[in-house]
Amino acid sequence: MKAKFLLPLALFALLAVVLGVGVKRSPEKSTIQSALLGKPAPQFALPSLTDPVRTVNSREFAGRPYVLNVWGTWCGECRVEHTMLMQASAEQRVPFVGLNWKDDNAAALAWLAQLGNPYQAIAVDSDGRTAIDFGVYGAPETFLIDANGIVVHRHVGALTREVWEREFLARLPPSAS
Amino acid sequence: MIRLAWLLAIAVLSTGFVSVAQAVDTTEMADPALQSRYRALTHELRCMQCQNQTIADSPVGLAGDLRRQVRELLEAGKSDAEIRDYMVERYGAFILFRPQFNVRTAWLWLAPLVALLIGAWVAYRVIRQRTRLVAADTSEVEDGPRLQ
Repeated sequence: MKAKFLLPLALFALLAVVLGVGVKRSPEKSTIQSALLGKPAPQFALPSLTDPVRTVNSREFAGRPYVLNVWGTWCGECRVEHTMLMQASAEQRVPFVGLNWKDDNAAALAWLAQLGNPYQAIAVDSDGRTAIDFGVYGAPETFLIDANGIVVHRHVGALTREVWEREFLARLPPSAS
Repeated sequence: MIRLAWLLAIAVLSTGFVSVAQAVDTTEMADPALQSRYRALTHELRCMQCQNQTIADSPVGLAGDLRRQVRELLEAGKSDAEIRDYMVERYGAFILFRPQFNVRTAWLWLAPLVALLIGAWVAYRVIRQRTRLVAADTSEVEDGPRLQ
């Protein structure tokens, strides 16, 4: 008799736990995991922002880790993280490659002239196809690709010192200089 | 009369809103069969930027780009399953409003069936118990005044 009385209570508790976990794990914008983690980074060959006759090819960066930063001048958070990009790039631990996402070339060049250029190369993704290949859904997004060309991390939102050290530097091999 | 005028005004206004909402995607593919598949696919893919809208309903740039991908893949002769896989490869299963049936989502699909079976079992138990009670009840039915 007592057990029968407790059954609804137990069911309620179970349901509360299941729903509670579901709400906690509800995919917030910042927590959607990249579908590319552990998979080879998409290949791309796009025009260079700084040198219109040049093509930026993802193969150029093969063989060592690199950071791919997706940005645009229309993106407010990109301005927020720019100082951090400059600092991180100055550390020279890993090359920075920019993916200028659906932007205006002149505006992008003016932005770099004003705020500085942290990138070793900048690929112009004017129609957003490469961004889709990377599963980008909101700039800024920053990917870490390892020496084997595998995506090992993706950060959505502005890069901060803390994120840089904990999520990026910590994943780089110590020998990388 | 005034009330009727109000109703009319509201009706006219709301149809206005509906047409605005539908004007997000004006794509017309030449092949009607492709167009209907295009409509179905864009209505079951999530806009990753706004998350609670489909890419068919969302005015943001990325939704437009994803619609373009769907259109191009259809024109390239890809099947619906191939197009869904293309999206999942890039954005993960979260992009599908209708989850695929696999090991990870089996509980999601089977839970309603399990709940139904539990409900049926409970109903069966209750009915059997009551039937037994009625059968065991040998007392005379009181012959009070009948209610119409």
